[in-house]
Amino acid sequence: MSKSPRWRAASILPGFGLTAGYAVTYLSLIVLLPLSVLLLKAANLSFDQWLTLLSDKRVLAALRLSFGGALAAGFLDTVLGLLVAWVLVRYTFPGRKIADALVDLPFALPTAVAGIALTALYAQNGWIGQLFVPFGIKIAFTPVGVVVAMTFIGLPFVIRTVEPILQDLDLDVEEAAASLGASRLQTFIYVLLPSLAPALMAGFSLATARAVGEYGSVIFIAGNMPGVSEIAPLLIITKLEQYDYNGAAAIAVIMLAISFSLLLGVNILSRKTRSGAP
Amino acid sequence: MRTIIAAAALSALALGVAGPAHAGDAVSLLNVSYDPTRELYQQINDAFAKDWKAKTGQAVTINQSHGGSGKQARSVIDGLEADVVTLGLAGDIDAIVKNGGLVDAQWQSRFPDNSTPYTSTIVFLVRKGNPLHIRDWNDLVKPGIQVITPNPKTSGGARWNYLAAWGYAADKFHNDQAKIEAFMIALLHNIPVLDSGARGSTTTFAQRGIGDVLLAWENEASLVIREFGDGFEVVTPSESILAEPPVAVVDKVADKHGTRKVAEAYLNFLYTPEGQEIEAKNHFRPRNPDVLKTYAKDFPQIPLFTIDQKFGGWSKAQPEHFNDGGTFDRLYANR
Repeated sequence: MSKSPRWRAASILPGFGLTAGYAVTYLSLIVLLPLSVLLLKAANLSFDQWLTLLSDKRVLAALRLSFGGALAAGFLDTVLGLLVAWVLVRYTFPGRKIADALVDLPFALPTAVAGIALTALYAQNGWIGQLFVPFGIKIAFTPVGVVVAMTFIGLPFVIRTVEPILQDLDLDVEEAAASLGASRLQTFIYVLLPSLAPALMAGFSLATARAVGEYGSVIFIAGNMPGVSEIAPLLIITKLEQYDYNGAAAIAVIMLAISFSLLLGVNILSRKTRSGAP
Repeated sequence: MRTIIAAAALSALALGVAGPAHAGDAVSLLNVSYDPTRELYQQINDAFAKDWKAKTGQAVTINQSHGGSGKQARSVIDGLEADVVTLGLAGDIDAIVKNGGLVDAQWQSRFPDNSTPYTSTIVFLVRKGNPLHIRDWNDLVKPGIQVITPNPKTSGGARWNYLAAWGYAADKFHNDQAKIEAFMIALLHNIPVLDSGARGSTTTFAQRGIGDVLLAWENEASLVIREFGDGFEVVTPSESILAEPPVAVVDKVADKHGTRKVAEAYLNFLYTPEGQEIEAKNHFRPRNPDVLKTYAKDFPQIPLFTIDQKFGGWSKAQPEHFNDGGTFDRLYANR
């Protein structure tokens, strides 16, 4: 240990070896180890089996619903979450603290409870569901219901990531923009949005990732019709019901691969916007 | 601290060497069961504990675990140390035999009546007054009737429903495969929601108000009437399937725990008049003819076919109908 390598000398903070050691150990135990077991199981499948799996209409439909629904829910959450965060940060009104605390409830609620509550609301005889019946629109037991449940569980992620950034934004900047003749819309698009974009994207990717993996709440509202409202995690359960552990692991690996590339893409994008911001 | 660990290790060792617990020591069993038996086994456990204490002087506690039948079987395969399993269908115990061999392959001949102490069947639950006049299986395939049943890919109960309908069609169309499949396609066409489990379907039908008829276990249908009151009535079709929820000792675990004797006594208790009486009260059909006679009005006598007669047992029915590419997948795609 006479000469430290250059990449270690870069930081003047002591304790790199110890902290990095802990981080890697825990990361391995909690994340990497289970994931590698998954890969091992999935590796038991032959090439032909992978091919049939990947060309199975039902698998493809389920993946499309899981990821399409999660992306839709992520977008909805980003718009709604920004709105809620804006109201909570920029205005003072009676009950603001309570509203702020309510935001976290979807985190704390067991997802099955959320699913049952949402289904009760959005079913044909539910408070909200019956309002749509005259228009021939069904929410519960259709893909729309899946998106509703995914939006519900993902909303706090956006609010909680955007809120602190919004709090730190100086009002002076907005005033300066206004004094230079910018309209409110221009101020929002050219001044506020660029500084909020990284947080919005982080919130979007968190909400989307959560929605992809969601099982408990979605399963009650989905209706689980093969090829229509069946989510990918349900297919995993279906495989397990047939004691097909390898097939279940294979679908999980496919989901993992898509999720990872999605998250990586969002990360790269948000880094770009951050460095490109004025 | 070190001494405590050493003592713990020593006592564990001593237990392992001493093997089976002696009479007088308290003993505990884990019964891994499926969803609708929760109330049944609470009552059975109390009665058996009293009986066992009186006979041997030994105190016994029985822990219960409930969940979907297939999921429970997987828990046992993956290491949940059940002394006995009491599951929804024989196929799930066969799976424990096949994956890891915790249960002996001959399990079904260990206890009377194919190791099924009580039976049940599939009946219809309809809305009060039966406004759509649903009397039998062929009423379910009429256009516009909405049938509620869980997804057979994820629910053991739904598999019984599916096979009950199939068996009826097989009799009606004299085993003409094309006609049976057309019947099943029409039935699948009338299903608007496939919940993942039997309880989910019950909620969809009873609380969400969706559908005209619910296919359900006889005991589950009775439960709905008790819980949700007057809005429903049970319709018994002209024939149905004899659902046989089996029981088995998990040999390797029981031997390791030294609990084989009490585990066997526990399962045998299910066949005693006292056990059969408790089962009948919980709307499971008892095997004992005397008990059955006492509760005859709760269990309408209709022709019941077994899965062995019509489908060659679970080991054949499961892959043929419910595995990927089975009849359910194929017919569902054509519905």
